[in-house]
Amino acid sequence: MAKLGSEENPLLVAIVGSGPSGFYAAEALLKSEINVKVDVLEKLPSPYGLVRSGVAPDHQKLKQVIELYKKTADSPNFNLIANVNVGTDITIEELCQSHHAVIITSGAETDRKLGVPGEDLHGSYTATEFVGWYNGHPDYRDREFDLSHEVAVIIGQGNVAADVSRILSKTVDELKHTDIAQHALDALAESKIKEIHVIGRRGPAQAKFTPKELREFGELSDCNSIVRAEDMILNPESEKELEEKSNIASKKIYDQFCEFSKREPDPAKSKNCYFKFLMGPKELVGNTKLEKVILEKNQLSGEAFKQSARGTGETIELETGILFRSIGYRGVPIVGVPFHESWGTIPNENGRITDNDGNIVPNLYTAGWIKRGPSGIIGTNRACSVETVQCLLEDVEKLDDGTNKSGAENIYSILDAKNIRHINFSDWKKIDAKEIETGDPKGKPREKFTQIDEMLSILK
Amino acid sequence: MTTIVTENCKNCRFTDCVTVCPVACFHYDDEMLYIDPDTCIDCSACIPECPVQAIYEGDDIPEDQEKWIEINAEKAPGLPVCEEQMEPLPGAEERKAALGF
Repeated sequence: MAKLGSEENPLLVAIVGSGPSGFYAAEALLKSEINVKVDVLEKLPSPYGLVRSGVAPDHQKLKQVIELYKKTADSPNFNLIANVNVGTDITIEELCQSHHAVIITSGAETDRKLGVPGEDLHGSYTATEFVGWYNGHPDYRDREFDLSHEVAVIIGQGNVAADVSRILSKTVDELKHTDIAQHALDALAESKIKEIHVIGRRGPAQAKFTPKELREFGELSDCNSIVRAEDMILNPESEKELEEKSNIASKKIYDQFCEFSKREPDPAKSKNCYFKFLMGPKELVGNTKLEKVILEKNQLSGEAFKQSARGTGETIELETGILFRSIGYRGVPIVGVPFHESWGTIPNENGRITDNDGNIVPNLYTAGWIKRGPSGIIGTNRACSVETVQCLLEDVEKLDDGTNKSGAENIYSILDAKNIRHINFSDWKKIDAKEIETGDPKGKPREKFTQIDEMLSILK
Repeated sequence: MTTIVTENCKNCRFTDCVTVCPVACFHYDDEMLYIDPDTCIDCSACIPECPVQAIYEGDDIPEDQEKWIEINAEKAPGLPVCEEQMEPLPGAEERKAALGF
């Protein structure tokens, strides 16, 4: 047989997940010097992962990254197989039989838990659910969030916490020309929330927002951003952290908080967003519904850049009926792929999947959040996927087991035998066009279909 | 909102930024990198990557660097795209040290 990667015998790679890391892996493979055919499997009928269902609707410019993914998808050697659940509709073993290599880019689908009593009370939600809901993700469109309370609490001070807080802080006018799901816009229009408390376990010098996300809180039309001046006093270690020249992002964030702390709240604005530091949830209290959260004050210990928060025993109570936890994501395991339970990632060496003892599992690779954990922004995944693809390409000779691989054809016959409706990129383009058309009269970039049946009905 | 490469990149061109750019909007000449504002999506992934803090966005652009907004916009489209990390320019490490990094 011709050499693997030649024109007669192209390298067949299946990618599981069509978010940024999946698309960057596909791009890197298709740009390589050998002949590669890529089949990207996606659970939903719609591609692009968190760019579609994670990036906030009021951050439309970021979503333009999709234009680059479309170019990748236009390659004749790119194939999307969407509306297919890997692990149930088709197994990893079956993908390995039909392809020379499989790259898992399934992301981090679930939230880390707080691990405190009362976490599962009605009114205590995950950021993932809320983000999925306002972004029209089919899995979350039927969730109901009780926005009838005046006080909302967000646990966490990263960009997801910023997104959730900002969406709660904005007016309908600020959101109506975005691609926010209509059901979310309708519910937010009735929101009674007046106070939003954004809680960080460490201090203002350690908040994980990006400076740009935080700056947006200074530009809200009907919400004050409030920081107490006394909270801006730092311990010597935190001062040392901010003096470090490379830590400029934290310095910018701190300076922005300082600016908020000097502002006189505008009484004409109907909402207030409070940033609070050095405290963490100790207990969520309520009979059946959340009634209050007990927060324990923290202090920092340890040397600069390694400071951790420790509870002081002193507590304060905050009456609230709605709380979102946003303290990080974690991945979920896929049957047939090793998984590191405590990290919530797939064990790997530069993208080559290993078992939990560190032995390389042949033919299996990983990239993105499921590889390295949920950190970094869209572009961070490009470098991550490129690293994985480099390893895969180094391994090409080892990937040839001498058997004939039938690639997508094999996948289709398995799916067809199970009567599973799969759709390709041309099908998606029709759904995409319909969404844009439906959004247009409302002045929205698109009106997303939020149910899988609706999307599939376009294709009949 | 615009994201731009400024003075500090000149004669360094470390290109760490390029590896995390989601849209391949960096272009290069013999001296430095430039961002094509029509391609850039202002995600700011590149900003913390620069070892000499040459990249700024929007409101953060220092006044004495504002001329670079126009320079980036003018130069980038006519220059080749930098898609992968390149070797820094000769003398880049010395310039980095001289800049205080």
